[in-house]
Amino acid sequence: MKMKAKNYQSLLLKIALIVISYVVVFFLIKSGVLNRQYRALIVPIGVNVILAVSLNLITGFLGELTLGHAGFMSIGAYAGALFSLNVDLPRLPSILLSMLIGGVVAGIFGFLIGVPVLRLRGDYLAIVTLAFGEIIKSVLISMKVTKGAKGLSGIPIYSSYKNFTIVFVAMVLCIVFISNLVKSRQGRAVCAIRDNDIAAESIGIPVSKFKVMAFVISAFFAGIAGVLYAHNVGILKPTTFDYNKSIEILVFVVLGGMGSIKGSIIAAIILTALPEMLRGAENYRMLLYAIALIVLMLFNGSGIKEKLFPKKSHHKLQKAGE
Amino acid sequence: MALLEVKNLGISFGGLRAVDDFNIEIEKGQLYGLIGPNGAGKTTAFNLLTGVYQPTNGSIKLDGVNMVGKTPAQISQSGIARTFQNIRLFDKMSVLDNVKTALHHEIKYGLVSSFLRLPGFAKGEKAMDEKAIEILKVFDLDQEAYTLASNLPYGKQRKLEIARALATNPKLLLLDEPAAGMNPNETAELMSTIKLIRDQFDVTILLIEHDMKLVAGICEKLTVLNFGTELISGSVTDVLNDPKVITAYLGE
Repeated sequence: MKMKAKNYQSLLLKIALIVISYVVVFFLIKSGVLNRQYRALIVPIGVNVILAVSLNLITGFLGELTLGHAGFMSIGAYAGALFSLNVDLPRLPSILLSMLIGGVVAGIFGFLIGVPVLRLRGDYLAIVTLAFGEIIKSVLISMKVTKGAKGLSGIPIYSSYKNFTIVFVAMVLCIVFISNLVKSRQGRAVCAIRDNDIAAESIGIPVSKFKVMAFVISAFFAGIAGVLYAHNVGILKPTTFDYNKSIEILVFVVLGGMGSIKGSIIAAIILTALPEMLRGAENYRMLLYAIALIVLMLFNGSGIKEKLFPKKSHHKLQKAGE
Repeated sequence: MALLEVKNLGISFGGLRAVDDFNIEIEKGQLYGLIGPNGAGKTTAFNLLTGVYQPTNGSIKLDGVNMVGKTPAQISQSGIARTFQNIRLFDKMSVLDNVKTALHHEIKYGLVSSFLRLPGFAKGEKAMDEKAIEILKVFDLDQEAYTLASNLPYGKQRKLEIARALATNPKLLLLDEPAAGMNPNETAELMSTIKLIRDQFDVTILLIEHDMKLVAGICEKLTVLNFGTELISGSVTDVLNDPKVITAYLGE
């Protein structure tokens, strides 16, 4: 009984947090408190949160290092953008459909890259996924339909800060889906593979199936993030999605703490906003950003979440044990 | 018909014949011991039985069903569960989650239920919690259900591994040196636990062990392996007093 009441309490708390953050962002935009520079950050923050949380499923929960997340993002971005460029539909159905298409196409590539993953571990997998990202980039440069190195332009602006609701909803759904997943039967199987794949197999977990599943789900959400990115910026260039972008996403996950969804969210928000905050420093901007990264990393050996709520999580574990 | 029938089982790693002409027949409900000096091929035999290695030749039949060629996950589902010589727990997961992971095939709900927390999820999780706690109680681990597996003391980690294996609802349980690293008190407790689970969970047990007190105390039948081949099989007293066995362990 006590457990149930506690569950409801935490659910209400989460819903309240979602509503409050929505309302706050809404008023910040409407009231004009945010200037253009900060307004432009809202969508990238949402996109980066989706990217960080989805990558966390592979790196934090499945325990595999991948360096090709920007590849999935670019596939989604191009697929979604090509759809809305070629199909004339009103704004909402157009963006929803292109998110679906972007997600599904990226998911298919997640499946294709997930299969070699079954044979590779650690550094080797990292190299293969790095190469995957670069191949995607090269293919996008050489294809006619993607307009080569010039990239796509004139993509309808469907997900800018003016329509930030769609970004917000996508972000919340991604967070909810992935945090629900990792605490479920399938999520436990994924975590078991991370902790000890031989033992996981010995109790009947189909390791291959769950590895591929994690890759597909992660790629799906990265694809959606790409679609939102494309319809915010309006232009797409293959070079945007090079390995620097993949590393940037990985930094969110590592800094936020592997396997901590809250940490990924916080890290993605802070690290997306930070470079803009540092605009005043002009030439020293990227230097300060790099120093901030190092300081954060030193300060938080075990992830942001544990540092911020060390007692709480401990407390929770004990409470649940009663 | 015996529960487990292994005939002429063998595996070669290059030129090394790690296990050769291994035969074993275990009746349902038996507590069977597999002993032998270090490097005799006992763990390799376990790895063959559980599909970690594919045998070069021979047959494995559980309840008359062929096990050769199946993956470890399929073999687990067919009813063979195991523990490991060097403990392999899911370290970063709670004790309860370790057992719940093993209930993967016993209690099911779909991916959509998981994503959306549909009623199927709540029902499945509740059933899993109950079942897992029930199993943990047998091993006196229910008080530590929410502790991380890696924070358990050594003896309890061994127990948790057995609990996790049992959660897959096996017909045959393979224990690889369950008493390794335990003090005499812990070993005595383990002996009674092993007997208890055999009776309570209606499971047949095959165990590898070096602790002869444990082997003599609970096993009903023994097979001795030496240099990958079967040296002798039979009742505990016959085997342990056999001069060939004594020579294998102590030399001429």
